[in-house]
Amino acid sequence: MKAWIVKWAPPLLVLALLVGGWEALAQFGSVEDYLLPAPSDVARALVNDRDLLLPDAWVTLREVLFGFALALAAGLAAATLLHLSPVARRALYPLVVGSQAIPVIVIAPILVIWFGFGMTPKLIVIALICFFPITVNTLDGLASVDPAQVKMLRTLDASRWQVFRRLELPSALPYVFSGARVAVAVAVIGAVFGELVGSDQGLGHVIQVGTAQLLTARVFAATLLLASMGIALFALVGFVQRRAVPWAGRER
Amino acid sequence: MAVRIAGARKTFSTPRGELTALDGLTLSVLAGERIGLVGPSGCGKSTLLELIAGLEEANAGSIAVHGEETAAGRLRSCALMPQRDGLLPWRSALDNAALARELAGERRARARADAAELFGRFGLAGFEQARPYELSGGMRQRVAFARTMLAGKPVLLLDEPFAALDAITRAEMQEWLDRTLADEARTVVLVTHDVEEALYLCDRVAVLTARPGSVRAYVDGAPAGADRTRTVTSPEFTERKQRALEALR
Repeated sequence: MKAWIVKWAPPLLVLALLVGGWEALAQFGSVEDYLLPAPSDVARALVNDRDLLLPDAWVTLREVLFGFALALAAGLAAATLLHLSPVARRALYPLVVGSQAIPVIVIAPILVIWFGFGMTPKLIVIALICFFPITVNTLDGLASVDPAQVKMLRTLDASRWQVFRRLELPSALPYVFSGARVAVAVAVIGAVFGELVGSDQGLGHVIQVGTAQLLTARVFAATLLLASMGIALFALVGFVQRRAVPWAGRER
Repeated sequence: MAVRIAGARKTFSTPRGELTALDGLTLSVLAGERIGLVGPSGCGKSTLLELIAGLEEANAGSIAVHGEETAAGRLRSCALMPQRDGLLPWRSALDNAALARELAGERRARARADAAELFGRFGLAGFEQARPYELSGGMRQRVAFARTMLAGKPVLLLDEPFAALDAITRAEMQEWLDRTLADEARTVVLVTHDVEEALYLCDRVAVLTARPGSVRAYVDGAPAGADRTRTVTSPEFTERKQRALEALR
């Protein structure tokens, strides 16, 4: 109990001070509500507009999850291919880097032209920005294997595939999770961006419409939901990582 | 003859040019013999093990293991125990040892049963489900050795197996390895920087020269079956140790 207080008191205190200061500024200062809504206004918007916000949050969450899953599958497959085939690595690695070098800001409007206002362009935007950290981290992980272990497995008559399956892939798992944590955090940004460019639903859409109508409290409420989503997904990947890779950090 | 090396040379290309690790190395190991390789750091001891194992090809000369001169043929006869134990942290102790049988094509249950039998003999009973990071250094080495044995190869290549252990554990492990190998009809090539360890564990010790490595001298090892402390302090052992140390200089 005491450890719990020691651990959580400082961040909670800072948060309380920030929110309290903000509330005081909004209540007693001379700032207009539509410029800076008080935290209590944001909370009220969160409750009153829940029927509007929650379905849109669900839309955005689905985009994030599907886009992330797409990137994870594509990233693992690409990393495996590039790792196992030097020719493929030489041929395709510049393309992987290029996929990150082209700004999403440029691609997103084109995707809307091609695929319309539906889910597809968002999935592609999310997958594009998630693909890179997952692929690069996984590749690093696959290459970071202890060469002595590879030699040992070869004298145990392991095939190339067995070395990959039994040694390189499990060794790379902590790296895969590092990439996934980065990816899931940016995935939320990607979803909102995709929605801002062209959408009739999702939290990005709520923010866009709310901004135009000066419903600033609702915009803040939607932003709060987005941030919570990002933090929760980041924590979730970390949780899965601790369950899936219990040995990480415990080896000499 | 289990291992026959004639005039082996091995070079590596490095950014600063060609590096000759071994040159003109000739060495024969009888079947069932235990041979120790000692030499100054960087004399190519580990390279020599990799050549014997078939992990590397020599640039000149010939290397045969049980008559097989190709790298693939040599790999079939050799099991390597790497310097650090090489245990996989995501596998339990038992599954680490069973890995050798699984890779040989056995089903997991059968492989585990084989490994469990050896765990009993190696004093590892009760630690089957432990993760490598939960084991002491000596136990990790025993698991790694069980894995090497389970590969079922006639030639065991041990690369500084006890280098990471403290002196007391190392002495215990040497006694244990000596007893364990006594029941086995395997050929053992042991690389170590510890002359005493080599003389205690091996029938014969080859002292290598500095790079490029070749055999400078042979010294006979300790008579088998003796108590370690008495063995390594006997006048006969001390005299052999002195000869080996002089050859090292």
